[in-house]
Amino acid sequence: MRLSKAWLIASRDFKIFLRQKSIWYSIIIFPVIISVLFPIIIMFAGQRNAGLIAAKNLPNLLNSFSFFVVIGAAFVPLGIASYSIVGEKVEKSLEPLLATPLTDGEILLGKAIAAVLPAIIAMYTGATVFMVGIDAVTVSKLGYNYFPNWTFGVMLLVLVPVAIVMSVLYSVIVSSKVNDVRSANTYGILIFIPLMAIYFASEMGIISLDINGLLIIAAILLAIDVALFFISTATFRREDILTKWR
Amino acid sequence: MTILINTENLSKKFGDFTAVEGLTLNVEDGEVFGFLGPNGAGKTTTVRMLCCLISKTSGNARVGGYDVGNKEDSLKIRKIIGFVSDNVGLSENLTAYDNLDFYGRIYDCPDTERKESIRRLLDMLGLWDKRNVLAGTFSKGMKQKLAIARALIHDPQILFLDEPTANLDPESAKTVREFITDLKKQKKTIFINTHNLDEAQRLCDKIGILNTKLQAIGTPADLELTAKGRKTIVALEKANNAVGEALSKMPLKNLTIEGNRIMFEVADPERENWPVVEAVVMAGGHINTVNVIGSTLEDVYLKLVRDSA
Repeated sequence: MRLSKAWLIASRDFKIFLRQKSIWYSIIIFPVIISVLFPIIIMFAGQRNAGLIAAKNLPNLLNSFSFFVVIGAAFVPLGIASYSIVGEKVEKSLEPLLATPLTDGEILLGKAIAAVLPAIIAMYTGATVFMVGIDAVTVSKLGYNYFPNWTFGVMLLVLVPVAIVMSVLYSVIVSSKVNDVRSANTYGILIFIPLMAIYFASEMGIISLDINGLLIIAAILLAIDVALFFISTATFRREDILTKWR
Repeated sequence: MTILINTENLSKKFGDFTAVEGLTLNVEDGEVFGFLGPNGAGKTTTVRMLCCLISKTSGNARVGGYDVGNKEDSLKIRKIIGFVSDNVGLSENLTAYDNLDFYGRIYDCPDTERKESIRRLLDMLGLWDKRNVLAGTFSKGMKQKLAIARALIHDPQILFLDEPTANLDPESAKTVREFITDLKKQKKTIFINTHNLDEAQRLCDKIGILNTKLQAIGTPADLELTAKGRKTIVALEKANNAVGEALSKMPLKNLTIEGNRIMFEVADPERENWPVVEAVVMAGGHINTVNVIGSTLEDVYLKLVRDSA
C-alpha cells in the first residue's frame, strides 16, 4: 500500500469537489446548523422562558445538543463519499483508473481520505464555533464557560472520527448498489438510524451521554466500523466493480 | 519479432455463461491487431483479462512477458499498457490538462517528462489550446482523443483500445483513426476491439474474428483470400441452352446463370476456370469477359459469424 498513491486519488477528488457546489453545500450545511442555530436557540429560549434553561438544566441540554456533532459527522461525508464513487460510476471513469498500476486498496484509501478529511475539517470547525457561541450565550447564566469539557472532547476526538469512518465505509457499500448520487444519498440516510436511536435513548434516560456512556457507544461504533471495513473492502474489488456493480 | 501478447486456450466463464472459449493468439511487437466480432462476442472480456482487470477462468496469457494470472505480474502488466475503455471514462470535472497530469503522476512520470508528454500529446491532437477547458464540455470526438492521449501519457509498450470509434460521428471517427494511424507509423503495439470492418481493414496488420471462440486469424489480405466465397463471373455475348446444359454437367459450386452472366464459386481460379471457359466455347458461347471476385473482409466476417452462431 503506497500512501502517496492514495493521496494522489484524494487530491484529484478534492479538485473535482471544488467545482461541485452540491458537495460544498453537503459539507457546510450541518456544521453551520450546529454552530449557528444551536447558540441562537439557547439565546432566544433563555429570553422567552427562563425556567426551561435554568442554570441547573443547561448542562444536560448542552450535552444533548453536543451529540448532534456526532450525528453531523455521519452526515457530512455521505455526499462526498457517494459522489466520489457513484460520480465515477456515472462518468465511467473507474475502469481506466482500475487499469492503472494502482491497487484496489490504494484507490479505496484515496477515496476514503477524500471523504474523511473535508468532513473532519468541517465538523471540527463547526464544533469550535459551536463551543464559542454556546459559551458566549451561557456564561452569564452558568458563571463559567461550559466548553471545552472532557465529555465534548470524547465526542470530538473519538466519536466524530468513528462516525465519519462509519459513514464513508457505508457509502462505499451503498455505492456498489446504486447508479446515481441521489439514490446513494437516499440510502445513505439510513446511517442516521443508530445515531438517532442513541440520541433518543439518551433523551429518554435509557443511556447516559457521559464519558463512560460515550466510550461504550464509541466501542460499539468502532466494532461496526470494523465490520463495514471488511464488507467494503470485499465490495471494492476490481473484478466485482466491473462485473457485479450495477 | 518479439511476441508481446500471447494467449493459449484462454477462457472466461461468468457462472454458466461462457464469454470467451479456448482463445489462442499472438500479437507481435509493433503490430496493430484488430479484434472483430459482434456485440457479446467476448472482445471486451478478452481485453479486460489481458489488462488484468478481470481474472481468467482457464488457459494461459502473457502480456509483455508477464503472466496475466499472477498477482504480482498484474501490476507490472498495468504499468506497461495503456487502456481506453469503450466509454472513454474521463473525469469530466477536470480540465484536459489535469486529466493527463493525474494519470502521468499515477505512472510516476517525472515532472519534466510528464509536462513535455502532456504538451506533445495535446499538441498532436489539436487540444493544447483547450488544455484548461473541462473535459466534460468536450465533443465526443475530442473526449475520445483525450482518452487515447491519457492512455499514452506514460509511453506504454502496448495500447488497448476498446471500440475507439464507436458512437462517434464520421468526422470524429476519422480524426481518431488518423491518430491511430500515426501511432501505427511510430510502431506502437496496438490491440483494437472493433466491429467496424472498414476500420479494421485500414488500421490493422492482423485481424482476429471472435464469436466466443476465435473463428479466424490472419492479415486482412489473408482473410480476404480465404477460398470461401470467391466467385468467377463469366459474361457472355449471348447465353444459350447448350452452355447451361454443358455447365450443369460440371462439378461447379453454387452455379447460377442470370441473363448473360454465369457465376460460380471457385477455390483455385487459375486451375478451375479454364475447363469452364473451354466448356462454354465448345457449347457455342461467345465470352466477353471472365472475372474473379475475391471475398471481402465483410463476406468472410459475416460467414464466420453466422456459421458460428
